[in-house]
Amino acid sequence: MASLSFPNEALRSLIDHFPESSLLISKEDLIPYSFDATATFYHAPLAVLFPSSIEDILWVLQWAKSNHACILPRGSGTSLSGAAVPQKNSIVLSMTKWNKILETDPDNLTLLVEPGITTQAVQEEAAKFSLFYPPDPGSYKISTIGGNVGHNSGGIRGLKYGVTRNYVLGMEVVLPNGQVVWLGNKCVKDSAGYSLKDLFIGSEGTLGIVTKVLLRLIPKPQERQVILASFPTLEAASEATSAIIKAALIPSALEFLDQKTIECIEAYSPAGFPKESQAVLLIESDGHPQAVQDEIIRISQVLKQYGPLEIKIAENPKQQEQLWSARKVAFSALARKAPTVLLEDVTVPRSSLAQMIHKIQQISKTYAVEIAVYAHMGDGNLHPVFLGDEKNKDLMEKVFRAMKEIFLYAIKLGGTVTGEHGVGLAKKEFLAYQYKSEEFQLLKNIKKILDPDNLLNPGKIFD
Amino acid sequence: MNKLSAKHSLLSLDSTIIQKCIHCGMCLPSCPTYQETKIERNSPRGRIALMRAIAEKRMDLTASFAHELYFCLGCLACQTACPVGVDYKTLFEASRQDIEKSKILNNPLRLLARTFLINYLFLSSRRLRTFGRLLRIYQRMGLDRFFKSLPFLPAKLKDMLAQIPSIAPHFSFELIPPRELPINTPTRWKVGLLTGCIQDLVFSKINRDTADVLLYNGCEVICPPEQGCCGSLHAHNGEMETAERLAKKLLAAFPIEELDAIITNSAGCGSHLKHFSDLFPPGTFWRKKAEAWDKKVYDIHEWLIKIGFSPPQAFASTNQSHTVITYHDACHLCHGQKIKNEPRTILQSLPYVQFIELEESDHCCGSAGIYNILQPEMAHKLLNKKVEKIKKTKASIVCTANPGCLLFIEKGLKKHHLNIQTIHPISLLAKGYKLKDTGSSPFLQ
Ligand SMILES: Cc1cc2nc3c(=O)[nH]c(=O)nc-3n(C[C@H](O)[C@H](O)[C@H](O)COP(=O)(O)OP(=O)(O)OC[C@H]3O[C@@H](n4cnc5c(N)ncnc54)[C@H](O)[C@@H]3O)c2cc1C
Ligand code: SF4
Ligand code: SF4
Repeated sequence: MASLSFPNEALRSLIDHFPESSLLISKEDLIPYSFDATATFYHAPLAVLFPSSIEDILWVLQWAKSNHACILPRGSGTSLSGAAVPQKNSIVLSMTKWNKILETDPDNLTLLVEPGITTQAVQEEAAKFSLFYPPDPGSYKISTIGGNVGHNSGGIRGLKYGVTRNYVLGMEVVLPNGQVVWLGNKCVKDSAGYSLKDLFIGSEGTLGIVTKVLLRLIPKPQERQVILASFPTLEAASEATSAIIKAALIPSALEFLDQKTIECIEAYSPAGFPKESQAVLLIESDGHPQAVQDEIIRISQVLKQYGPLEIKIAENPKQQEQLWSARKVAFSALARKAPTVLLEDVTVPRSSLAQMIHKIQQISKTYAVEIAVYAHMGDGNLHPVFLGDEKNKDLMEKVFRAMKEIFLYAIKLGGTVTGEHGVGLAKKEFLAYQYKSEEFQLLKNIKKILDPDNLLNPGKIFD
Repeated sequence: MNKLSAKHSLLSLDSTIIQKCIHCGMCLPSCPTYQETKIERNSPRGRIALMRAIAEKRMDLTASFAHELYFCLGCLACQTACPVGVDYKTLFEASRQDIEKSKILNNPLRLLARTFLINYLFLSSRRLRTFGRLLRIYQRMGLDRFFKSLPFLPAKLKDMLAQIPSIAPHFSFELIPPRELPINTPTRWKVGLLTGCIQDLVFSKINRDTADVLLYNGCEVICPPEQGCCGSLHAHNGEMETAERLAKKLLAAFPIEELDAIITNSAGCGSHLKHFSDLFPPGTFWRKKAEAWDKKVYDIHEWLIKIGFSPPQAFASTNQSHTVITYHDACHLCHGQKIKNEPRTILQSLPYVQFIELEESDHCCGSAGIYNILQPEMAHKLLNKKVEKIKKTKASIVCTANPGCLLFIEKGLKKHHLNIQTIHPISLLAKGYKLKDTGSSPFLQ
């Protein structure tokens, strides 16, 4: 489906260079690459390339430069910010076939992988050595390490264990100018100049193409316990969360689900969430059995001060697993409620959680837009989900206005417009509100230095 | 346009069904074709995106799309995985219906094969049995081996010949009378028994075992001799009108009002049989009949658990050794009908067996109706994976509840020279009711 504005001869040279099996160009092949998991953004690429070597990547970069096209590195296309949606004249560079484990080093607790490997496969490899790879996005079964790096993805265990950035020791990157660089090493500390690898984490494919990633693993916690607490109001659950953090208790996960979310995930696969309560907290403590026991008691004591309807402890690992699997599909399950679901990712200081939650409810009323909320509450990371309908222009207009107001309020509270999903296309309008102009310029300057020809994923994060 | 035909074309389908997919990708890990190729068009969300493009008239129905929909196994693993509840089955069947209507894939050989199989052979139980008799003779005379040994036959044809299963010595109606009453137990239920088409030719023994198990558990068994194919093959292959005709035949063959349940032992048929009402426009005579029917159709495992079946007894002297068994989930049982625990409960109730879970037990074995004939390469990749996993369990028996899976897995095990039996769970249960104290693993005899 060659775009009308794109010269045919240029496309011809691309087609001639690659075997049919690694370059997709038919309409039927391109439509399935014209979106990611974000609603409302669609654009078909010019072609999809499955590179079989670094040379292929270098060749296509050069080709893009000569023909004023651009390159979109892509993992599994589960981005929730539109970062993996092609723009005009994009070649999708699919990394999904680069999915091998290159080296497991149990002596140094590291794992060297290709970027197309799934988060789940990394977790499973670690488990084989009784080790643990904590980053755990809801999409872990399909999201790739390349995509996790691209967005500095979080997940349910961010509270105690941090996010993808905290587990990346090094990476191989192909730069837009055709240089292949290795950044970082197997050392757990490193003060040798700027931490260049960190620049690429969260860069959404705009600075370089990640071709290898060196990950850090940690020992597997011995014991794990899960508390399920239900509350009569959203505010009570939020205040309880702030109180847990204030008491300096750091469980491995502290998740929040409102009643609408619970209803949807129970409809998909019943996991035992109380359907009547307005909000639940799902809290996990892990570590040494004695410490876990102690932490569970102390957390329960705090929870009790906020009028919970019920506090339950999962009886066995199977029940724990059931609750977590159900929690991980929250976003998709919410799509049962409306034809179009848009999701935000605002993050606020954890003392302001109740305020933020309250504001969301208020905005929902003001704009007459239904908003469900689930959250990595312990991280202060909220996911308000707007129930819309792409075909209803009026409703969508209201949704976007409500979204904007939530973004602005989060910034006012000292928060960020995105905790883990990235800016992509969906949030770039709001980034400028969060940064002062000189800070914003610094962001743009970095892009200019590394990618002066704007070859890699242009139009994402900022214009 | 009535509701029936509306549901059977992408262009007239209720648009909310297709728009429900939010392209989140949560179904990708469970899709066998995507896992193999890592190409989005071979994934559920890719296929749905193409269907949507056709429904919204952004794309024509092309041959390439048609091939894609025949590369899809129709295993419905994506439907189980989808948190949103996308009805892939309806989308898949509507697409195939449109494809067949468009005749875009037609070539003389395909037309011949389809016309013979779908529009001739599987249309009448009489034809099917006549064909079965001929095939039986052909196999008894060793002609199948003779043809396979001919050097000049193309490999593809030989492979197709090799796919033809052995015809059983008797048809179901020769083994099961139209009405049978429990002997040693009081009659508590009256049930109809579906004998199917492939089962009738190849697995009439499983039908007999099903009748035995029902009788043992207090069910009077009504088994009309002329039943024929249920039409699931046709519905999956874009022949909705034929499916409708076959459904009417079955609806007329059973005294639906008198029965407590209508029992099927074939997973692939069950997931179709339970939705006969979708075939008829609301308010019509056949729709009403089909609605009554749908409520009464049970998979045999489901029914046994519902009525509280009696597990087989162990002997007083228990020095019997145990047989290791495992279970493969047929797609149309676990994804199509959400029946996963029931067969396991039954198998675990058997004495002298050790039940080992099969890894990835709910991944398609590649059989998928006539998929293994149409797409042998992909089908065999999946089969090899399945055989590897079975081998890992060290089981001597692998159970599965669908004729296609039984045949295909058996073929795979033979190819790898593995001495592992393939048995329908109900046949194993029937065997359990007749166990004799032989002093060694009773299920292996
Ligand atoms: C149901 C659901 C639940 C989710 N839950 C979470 C969650 O809990 N936490 C969370 O943080 N996110 C979550 N996400 C969002 C998403 O899954 C993550 O952002 C994930 O990391 C994306 O991985 P991917 O492989 O799909 O990447 P893609 O979507 O393909 O790409 C994401 C970005 O990374 C870039 N990229 C990909 N590969 C490379 C590479 N090799 N080199 C350079 N750049 C590359 C792309 O250009 C793009 O900008 C969820 C998404 C869904 C649909
Ligand atoms: S079919 Fe379901 S799981 Fe798959 S992409 Fe669509 S919504 Fe997500
Ligand atoms: S039916 Fe099976 S093969 Fe087809 S899209 Fe769904 S999971 Fe994939």
